[in-house]
Amino acid sequence: MSQPRLTFQQFLILAFVSVSVPMGDACLSHGMTRLPAISLAHPLSLVGAVFTPWIALGIVLLIGYFASYLTALSWADLTYVMPATAMGNVIVALLAHFWLHETISWQRWLGVALITVGVAFVAQGPVNTTPPSNFPAALDAGEGTRQEAQ
Amino acid sequence: MILLTPSESWQAPLMIATIVVTSSSGEVLTAGAMKSIGDLDEIRARAGMKGAIKAVVTCPLFFIGIFFMATAFFALLFALNHMNLSLVGPATASLTLVTNTIAAKLFLKENVDRRRWVAATLVCIGVYFLAH
Repeated sequence: MSQPRLTFQQFLILAFVSVSVPMGDACLSHGMTRLPAISLAHPLSLVGAVFTPWIALGIVLLIGYFASYLTALSWADLTYVMPATAMGNVIVALLAHFWLHETISWQRWLGVALITVGVAFVAQGPVNTTPPSNFPAALDAGEGTRQEAQ
Repeated sequence: MILLTPSESWQAPLMIATIVVTSSSGEVLTAGAMKSIGDLDEIRARAGMKGAIKAVVTCPLFFIGIFFMATAFFALLFALNHMNLSLVGPATASLTLVTNTIAAKLFLKENVDRRRWVAATLVCIGVYFLAH
């Protein structure tokens, strides 16, 4: 099985994987810094933090990330998903520069350029190069579940 | 921040290696589990969201992968208690990309051609620079 190119829906899933982690982390960071300091003596206040809007939004985004990541791994190679989703790092750097007006060092711009070229490289190749049966241990566990699901 | 003393400096590579190995194991096992289950979009179209969730949660390999990912997370927390994020973050992010590529070739039998090696190497170096 060698799937040559992404469908539009698959492209959207990979795009969501890329942006959901930095967005989720930003929401968690924003939410936690707005809360009063939490000490280990009162750990239950951490549970309360989960129900504040920013933290809840961050958790929803990270759950969405994991679901999308698993979906992507079901039809794409790990060696395709990894570089392709690294674009999230680039998006964060660009947002930091153009939206938050942060200064980006030349090393970071070099990092942005290298990741962009790397993503472009992998995007030219096939999405999936392996049949589902190439992971023997997984095959035994998965075939049954797939038939049941059908 | 509790930082390593010179006599404990040998522990830094060990901690980073632990994170990289457990993280790669988790990702490769999870990827293997998802490959064995099949295209989740197709399963969802045929059996609905319930069927897709059932297909994932009834795969033992998926939970072994999650176990390793959780171990990697706690290893990262432990390392951050002893080392700076500026060292642990880029080192683990870059090295995990390389070990994942090798593991995907060896265990998932992915066709890691020159194009994918170049992409992984460029992203690996890029992540390192971006974290500085």
